[in-house]
Amino acid sequence: MSGGLSTGHDGGAAGFVRERLVAPQPPPVATSGVVAWCRENLFSSPLNAALTLLCVLLVIWVVPPLVKFLFVDAVWDGASRVDCLARPDHPEMGACWAFVIDRINFFTYGFYPIDGRWRVNVFFALLAFGVAWLAWLDAPRRDLGVAYFFVVMPIASIILLLGWPAIGLPRVPTTQWGGILVTIVVATVGIVASLPIGIMLALGRRSRLPAIRLFSVIFIEVVRGVPLITVLFMASVMLPLFVPESLSPDKLLRALIGVAMFSSAYMAEVVRAGLQAIPKGQYEAAMALGLRYRQAMRRVVLPQALTVTIPNIVNTTIGLFKDTTLVFVVGIFDLLKTIEAARVDPNWATPVTSTSGYAFAAIFYLIFCYGMSRYARMVEQRLATDRKSR
Amino acid sequence: MNRNDGPPDRKKADVGAAIAVDMIGVHKWYGDFHVLRDINLRVGKGERIVICGPSGSGKSTMIRCINRLEEHQQGRIIVDGVELSDDVKRIDEVRRDVGMVFQHFNLFPHLTVLENLTLAPIWVRKLPKKEAEEQAIRYLERVRIPEQAGKYPGQLSGGQQQRVAIARALCMNPKIMLFDEPTSALDPEMVKEVLDTMVQLAEDGMTMLVVSHEMGFARQIADRMVFMDDGQIVEANTPQAFFDHPQHERTRLFLSQILH
Repeated sequence: MSGGLSTGHDGGAAGFVRERLVAPQPPPVATSGVVAWCRENLFSSPLNAALTLLCVLLVIWVVPPLVKFLFVDAVWDGASRVDCLARPDHPEMGACWAFVIDRINFFTYGFYPIDGRWRVNVFFALLAFGVAWLAWLDAPRRDLGVAYFFVVMPIASIILLLGWPAIGLPRVPTTQWGGILVTIVVATVGIVASLPIGIMLALGRRSRLPAIRLFSVIFIEVVRGVPLITVLFMASVMLPLFVPESLSPDKLLRALIGVAMFSSAYMAEVVRAGLQAIPKGQYEAAMALGLRYRQAMRRVVLPQALTVTIPNIVNTTIGLFKDTTLVFVVGIFDLLKTIEAARVDPNWATPVTSTSGYAFAAIFYLIFCYGMSRYARMVEQRLATDRKSR
Repeated sequence: MNRNDGPPDRKKADVGAAIAVDMIGVHKWYGDFHVLRDINLRVGKGERIVICGPSGSGKSTMIRCINRLEEHQQGRIIVDGVELSDDVKRIDEVRRDVGMVFQHFNLFPHLTVLENLTLAPIWVRKLPKKEAEEQAIRYLERVRIPEQAGKYPGQLSGGQQQRVAIARALCMNPKIMLFDEPTSALDPEMVKEVLDTMVQLAEDGMTMLVVSHEMGFARQIADRMVFMDDGQIVEANTPQAFFDHPQHERTRLFLSQILH
């Protein structure tokens, strides 16, 4: 190597000494810092640069007016429409949060009797406790958590919300329920019912018994082939045609059954995908050890199948949570319906009342759905690292 | 068909006395495909049988019929005195007493090694958890990996996983062990540790049916070699006679291919 360098110069064995310095090179392009980050991520190609500019323009176009409307010009306190209207000292109208704050109890409890609202609050607390127990993957005694969530909590909630005169809780018919309470109840019932029923339908669809398989396939395909709104109309309009008036179940209950059927069918397909991801060898190994079908499913196949489907389950749950707003079509006072009812109140009639009400609903749904989506991401990442370490 | 009842040298009395597996005129079809044709095989208690043959010859299917992972359509299979039929109770009875080791281990990845070993004893044999765990540790010691009890299967090497799988089957205290190509999915350097475990098991007198192409191993432990081709048992003989004087042309061809 050194020979190759020296020979061209003087042909001798002496070393090569350079006489002219190499011209200085420009410094290398920065690979760290703000400029480098922008260059790499935002302007790496003409197309990317164009898209970046487009997005920036979009943000400039949308965000400032939104912030102005929601916060800067917003009216936070007031007792009636006058406070939210444009005045000389407040020329531009913003969101009328005063309306939302004034009506927040109606949005939360609907027509639930005022002296019984603590019962709804206790229900919210029970539910939050159960969700936290199950969602926290390292929580102690998650088996008890499951029992609590699927058995104890539903029974306690029914007694609490519906009332049980024998223990001093006056009856509150479901027609008086409303607002966030109903939204949460419908979503929870849909989700809580959908998992066990969905699992059974998914197993039924793979069953060796033709009758069970046929029933599962027909149920799943019929319910999935029909929009939720149709299922709800069927449940609330068609059912009373077949069942005598006195036997006809409660309106909310009918909607709950419709939602539960609908969500179960979707959940069944999610679970089925998870079951298909489990190699046949797992089932065979369980069988070869002498486990019964039920034990093999419960101990070997389902734990693995459900773990890989958690992100999809949460995804379906998010969809379902938003779909619950459709119950307002059959006259049930969920959050959206209470907003609909309140926004036409002449006492609060301003050009921005409806917008403010809808903005509140949007924020409510956004918080819940974004929370669920973040949770799904977290679980997904954790599963990925778990799999690596195993 | 050469029905050689038992090994000439070892345990002749035992083998004559009791039958572990008896397959009589067994046929099986997958749709139109005739996988097993008139299988007759009688395995004595304590007997070690190694089954070989080209791929697709029905070796795996045959041993999977013994614990009813596959159904046969014609003929009789009697395992330890219990005839396999559609009766679920009998199938469960047979499966409890027949251990199986798979080519791809099929350990339960969501459970630790210890939990893999205690699952069936706890839920099938109804053993108390503590007892099941003590037994599991004993078997892990026997396959020489007690230190891996708390790990998950995915953290072990292939050879270790297969030894765990053997220990898992042994935890049910089976009377018969089936091995479906137990070393075919292993890296070459891990084959020996698994075979050593199986040799040890054979020396303890376990009844074993092994589908394998490890001919050195077969020579060492087999009481009888069974050669299958095209769904039939072509030849069954003592290892000595089988390797040194194969009777059939197909056996000779197979052996020349596999032994080079």
